[in-house]
Amino acid sequence: MIGQTASTMAATPTRTASGDAAMPGAASHLRRLEAESIHVLRETVAEFRKPVMLYSIGKDSSVLLHLAMKAFHPGKPPFPLLHVDTTWKFREMIAFRDQRARDLGLDLIVHTNDDGLSQGIDPFTHGSARYTDVMKTQALRQALDLHGFDAAIGGARRDEEKSRAKERVFSHRSVAHRWDPKNQRPELWSLYNTMLAPGESMRVFPLSNWTELDVWDYILLEDIPIVPLYLAAPRPVVERDGALIMVDDERMPLLAGEEPRWRSVRFRTLGCYPLSGATVSTAATLPEIVREMMASRTSERQGRMIDRDSPASMERKKAEGYF
Amino acid sequence: MSYHEAPTIAATDAPRLEQDDRPTLRFVTCGSVDDGKSTLVGRLLYDSKTLLDDQLDALASESKTAGTTGGDLDFALLVDGLQAEREQGITIDVAYRFFATKLRRFIVADAPGHAQYTRNMATGASNADLAVVLVDARKGVITQTRRHSHILSLLGIRHVVLAVNKMDLIGFDGDRFAAITAEYLTMAGQLGISRVQCIPVVAPDGDNIVAASARMPWYTGPTVTAYLESVDVAGDVSQRPFRLPVQWVNRPHAEFRGFCGRIASGTIAIGESIAVQPSGRRTKVARILTPGGERDRALAGESVTLTLADEIDVSRGDVLTAGPAPLISDQLAAHLVWFDDEAMVAGRRYLLKCGTASIGAVITTLKHRIAIDTMAQESAATLDANQIGYVHFSLDRPLVFEAYRDDRGMGSFILIDPIRHRTAAAGMIDLSLRRATNIHWQRLAVDKSVRARLKQQRPCVLWFTGLSGAGKSTIADHVDRRLAELGRHAALLDGDNLRHGINRDLGFSNAERMENVRRVAEIAALFVDAGMIALVALISPFRSERELARHRLEAGEFIEIHVATPLAECERRDPKGLYRKARAGELKGFTGIDDPYEAPQAPEITVDTSELSTDAACERIIRYLREHDYL
Repeated sequence: MIGQTASTMAATPTRTASGDAAMPGAASHLRRLEAESIHVLRETVAEFRKPVMLYSIGKDSSVLLHLAMKAFHPGKPPFPLLHVDTTWKFREMIAFRDQRARDLGLDLIVHTNDDGLSQGIDPFTHGSARYTDVMKTQALRQALDLHGFDAAIGGARRDEEKSRAKERVFSHRSVAHRWDPKNQRPELWSLYNTMLAPGESMRVFPLSNWTELDVWDYILLEDIPIVPLYLAAPRPVVERDGALIMVDDERMPLLAGEEPRWRSVRFRTLGCYPLSGATVSTAATLPEIVREMMASRTSERQGRMIDRDSPASMERKKAEGYF
Repeated sequence: MSYHEAPTIAATDAPRLEQDDRPTLRFVTCGSVDDGKSTLVGRLLYDSKTLLDDQLDALASESKTAGTTGGDLDFALLVDGLQAEREQGITIDVAYRFFATKLRRFIVADAPGHAQYTRNMATGASNADLAVVLVDARKGVITQTRRHSHILSLLGIRHVVLAVNKMDLIGFDGDRFAAITAEYLTMAGQLGISRVQCIPVVAPDGDNIVAASARMPWYTGPTVTAYLESVDVAGDVSQRPFRLPVQWVNRPHAEFRGFCGRIASGTIAIGESIAVQPSGRRTKVARILTPGGERDRALAGESVTLTLADEIDVSRGDVLTAGPAPLISDQLAAHLVWFDDEAMVAGRRYLLKCGTASIGAVITTLKHRIAIDTMAQESAATLDANQIGYVHFSLDRPLVFEAYRDDRGMGSFILIDPIRHRTAAAGMIDLSLRRATNIHWQRLAVDKSVRARLKQQRPCVLWFTGLSGAGKSTIADHVDRRLAELGRHAALLDGDNLRHGINRDLGFSNAERMENVRRVAEIAALFVDAGMIALVALISPFRSERELARHRLEAGEFIEIHVATPLAECERRDPKGLYRKARAGELKGFTGIDDPYEAPQAPEITVDTSELSTDAACERIIRYLREHDYL
């Protein structure tokens, strides 16, 4: 486990001396983002009947969960966590997920699209586009419908991708979970229109104004536990279509001539292991990651296979209900 | 490696990243279509080295296929994110971009120039400290420039960079630049925009964006980047009186009751005396919980949780205040920027959301509309989308607020159409229309929680909705009797009976039906204030009306019970012979026949009397009340 848990942090509050500047200058930028995100989380709980937090186990989810622990302290977040499990996540992610939920004493709902599973949909034979649609987008919609959640909190950031840059903090979804980018509700100040018609729902993005660097800085500042896959370590990888794919289990079919090699790699984003490209790195500590990132010349989504399917592929997936 | 074996990283390893000290400037860009806003923002991203290799590769290939620059890098493509925008070559929605220089971080809201998308410009400006206004050097100040500047001024933007773009197309003419500058400064002065920096630029080439332009040696002022890095926009809301709109009440267990919210202005310390508005009740701050742990004081901008020395009634929508009293009124005057395609209608009911309060509101008068070209006030009956006006409001109950010019957080609001749920307008409060603005509500020494404790019950409204003949009154009557047997204090409000008394003046038009529901909701809320359980049996066919009733109460106080007996069964019973009349055409607008019934989306309880006996339905409701600690 990396660092101490958030619950430990929350259970032993420390009081600074009277007269201390309330928002210390050194991290005022992060404190402002933190305050904004907590405000959004509390609005969600106050305005919706049945919210849920989408927990994808990645670094953004780690930050989101940490913020939720703070927002509702000394209580627990008054909503469950939902993980859409494609069954192709890294094993370390699943272990980390279960440990976090246990440590923090939170309700964790794990949902898998059983139809897709029984049809044997996998990222190798069906292509990443079809696979993502069935095992992620449709699975998420199933889970939201099944539990009747009217607000789903996610860790998406506006700096990730061009169509995300136009996303609202409170983003309306139709009964069919569709996003209509041309008909978004205006969002002014920090006033959010949370009204829904029957069957409609809201996606809520408390990290909208964070950048990738902010996320790492905050993880460092707050000592937030993250999946070790973010840190460099020797891992078995094959090179495929210009990306380094980790062979996480025996289900990965190796092509002719492919031989897993042990290389020191880490991941900038985590998802399904066959779709997550690793980067060669020796950054084995958080400070090293941040330093490496600041010098980086590529964006984090570069390692994601699904964004590359076609131009505007993210926008189309979002319209269909992908997170 | 299993994660148990992962190295522990101590917080002390953290390098103090130099970025941490750089403050963030949030600005909005605005201008007309083709003035080059997206290109300017794209150029800022490019020149700040924010773009990474894979993004640059994508830009180069997209510039060839989708660009409008003949294969050269088309910087606008970096910003025009949505597919439709790239196809049409225009920006149709606000995009937020992030970049940083050595001195500052920036969040840019790129706002569209199309006239019909003015609402998005207001959106971008609402959270901005500064605006970059673009004009085309060939066209100078045009109607759109005036419109945008007016919105900026209404939204309280006091700092503007006027970027006069496409200087290359007028031969870098310094005299023309001076003329445009003079015209804009005159307008800005009239609008109260106090600080304007005019800069001649060529956005696609980068002239005066980061580096000074060699092609315009006559310009000696700062570049766009240099100005953005140095301008002081600080308006210190910490110096204003303490205001905390209560977002949520945190009650994890019986020993803790905390009031959560983001401090809108001022500072607060443990032991300080505060007032709960609008009730005016006073108490002291006991504890201050912040994201960084417990502290002795907190200031504007922080999201905190306060506990109070006395157990008094505080709920979402209340405002904790210290120092001079805020404005409290149910009558106010405000500027409106109308967004909705459906024009503003005086006399219609909207939901006004200000801070954390949501209150039913009626626009009583449109005092005037602003003619954008001349900024003159003109009389008008309505506001269309993208028009600006000055209106008077009448609210269902008093709102705690400040004038927008003094406090953005406490003086801004949105108007929501309660039926279509669209955000119909954004508003900036100008003043209270009550002479004495600080008349408090009668201070009630005995409040709801005291009364509820006396009665040993949790007050609430049981709102029975359903078709005529579904069994609402019958079940409500049974529940009423069961509650009496259990020694609980309830009151039954039957829609039909109320129409003989307090609602005898109301007919059955849509407006009168809405008023009927509003009155019943108000009466039910009074019973809840008195610590009672109110049972309401009312068809209340529209979801929006029931939502308004729900909003009138605190969280958990409104229990929606859908008496979901199918239409065929109701019609078969037809206890009052109404369905027969409606079918015969003798009764118009009858719910379920020729008027819609909008079933609840997620009622707390559903009962169907075609499946359940009245007793069983009653027991299901009693069981719900027990399981949720109402009894």
